[in-house]
Amino acid sequence: MSFRRRHLLGLEGMSRDEVLDILATARSFRQVLDRPIKRVPALQGVTACNAFFEPSTRTRLSFELAEKRLSADTINFASGGSSVSKGETLRDTVRNIEAMRVDVVVIRHGASGAPHFLARNIDGHVINAGDGFHEHPTQALLDLYTIQEELGRLEGLKVTIVGDIAHSRVARSNLWGLQAVGAEVTLVGPTTLLPAEIEKAGVRVKSRLEEALDGADVVNVLRLQLERMRGGFLPSLREYAATWGITRERLALCSPNVRVMHPGPINRGVEISDEVADSRESLVLDQVTNGVAVRMAVLYLVRGGRGNGAERIPAQEGSGA
Amino acid sequence: MNLRRKAVIANEEEIRRVVQRIAHEIVERNKGTTDLALVGIRRRGVPLAERVQEAIRGIEGVALPLGVVDITLYRDDLRTISPQPLVHSTELPFEVEDRVLILVDDVLFTGRTVRAAIGALMDYGRPRAIQLAVLVDRGHRELPIRADYVGKNVPTSRKEIVEVEIVEEDGVDRISIIEPEEEER
Repeated sequence: MSFRRRHLLGLEGMSRDEVLDILATARSFRQVLDRPIKRVPALQGVTACNAFFEPSTRTRLSFELAEKRLSADTINFASGGSSVSKGETLRDTVRNIEAMRVDVVVIRHGASGAPHFLARNIDGHVINAGDGFHEHPTQALLDLYTIQEELGRLEGLKVTIVGDIAHSRVARSNLWGLQAVGAEVTLVGPTTLLPAEIEKAGVRVKSRLEEALDGADVVNVLRLQLERMRGGFLPSLREYAATWGITRERLALCSPNVRVMHPGPINRGVEISDEVADSRESLVLDQVTNGVAVRMAVLYLVRGGRGNGAERIPAQEGSGA
Repeated sequence: MNLRRKAVIANEEEIRRVVQRIAHEIVERNKGTTDLALVGIRRRGVPLAERVQEAIRGIEGVALPLGVVDITLYRDDLRTISPQPLVHSTELPFEVEDRVLILVDDVLFTGRTVRAAIGALMDYGRPRAIQLAVLVDRGHRELPIRADYVGKNVPTSRKEIVEVEIVEEDGVDRISIIEPEEEER
């Protein structure tokens, strides 16, 4: 077992063996989801807190289900209906959560590095469920898991990530995870939504979609964050769909065995056509099912971690990498 | 700490006879093979269960269904070990409901592994009965568990280790008692 981390804060710097450990563990948990009794006692007596300072449906439900499937007790905390709106600081919120004797905190936060801050300040285990533009490690891990299950391997596969790369923590975590396991990553999107100097991360960057799709084994379509429209990054939705939308015709440029993924929620007819979203090639619903197994694996594995792993502080970032 | 092989208590031939006897006992006790299924506990219980299956095929001409149970997620010491042990798969290619399951393992010691295996099996359904077959019972139980079929009863001290080697895993069939050597002063 190479994975010995106490927290899962991001995939940057994670070794190939660590990533593969998580995927192999997830495979065993995936079986649990098909049993008559979909629960194992591995986290009995453990309390997990899902602290979501940003709205999320899918990720929060997926974590909560993963915790319940492991027999952990769960509490949820969403910033909308909580004291955060009354001006409490992250540190105070966290101290309060800790005073409730929580063992694992799953945190989503708008500020990059918030999970790292937490990991340095509490005794429990911290899992990053998305921080700012920084990382969303469990989403990337479930993407890797889904690709491996579907295509039988990861190494050497051509994976193209399409869309708003600059604002996407999903893209960033995918990039680190895919590189760790030896996949070839291509990023493509409007130049206003490509972070500066991203090539330095060792990926191919294209500005034309057709070029980026050529021979791709997997196309991972990012959600267009419609709130970005106001920032002047994009001229219009219709133009975005025409230039960057994944359609049947464009899929034909990829490998004949191509698979399409999307982290959800989908803007149908914008970044992906209805036809493609519901096609045989689409793995969107597999991603959702696999997400529970991957999160079970992460919850299980960090419980055995003893190192801190919070030493590294992510670079402060604006729109960049 | 140095370990020393104190005694070899069974070789290939003896293990073969023991498996044969256990197979006979299983068939006798259950009055045939109806509704029976074998379940090996990972790891060394699995090749042993396969041998019992083969032996019963020789006696009754019936191939019993065979499953594999991984107890990792049901261990009672997960809180205290680091890093977490690898989780392997449980494969039960038959309905557990209403079957008589024969759990097979190499060594019965504290009983905690068997407790975990029973917990795991129950999560797949409600078997009519679970029986336990082990190659070696070495004593020192910490839970109220006993075996229905025992290859060899081997009285041991707690310090000693009973090592079961199986061709499929270790390249040789052998049961040994290993003891720690006295520290030199």
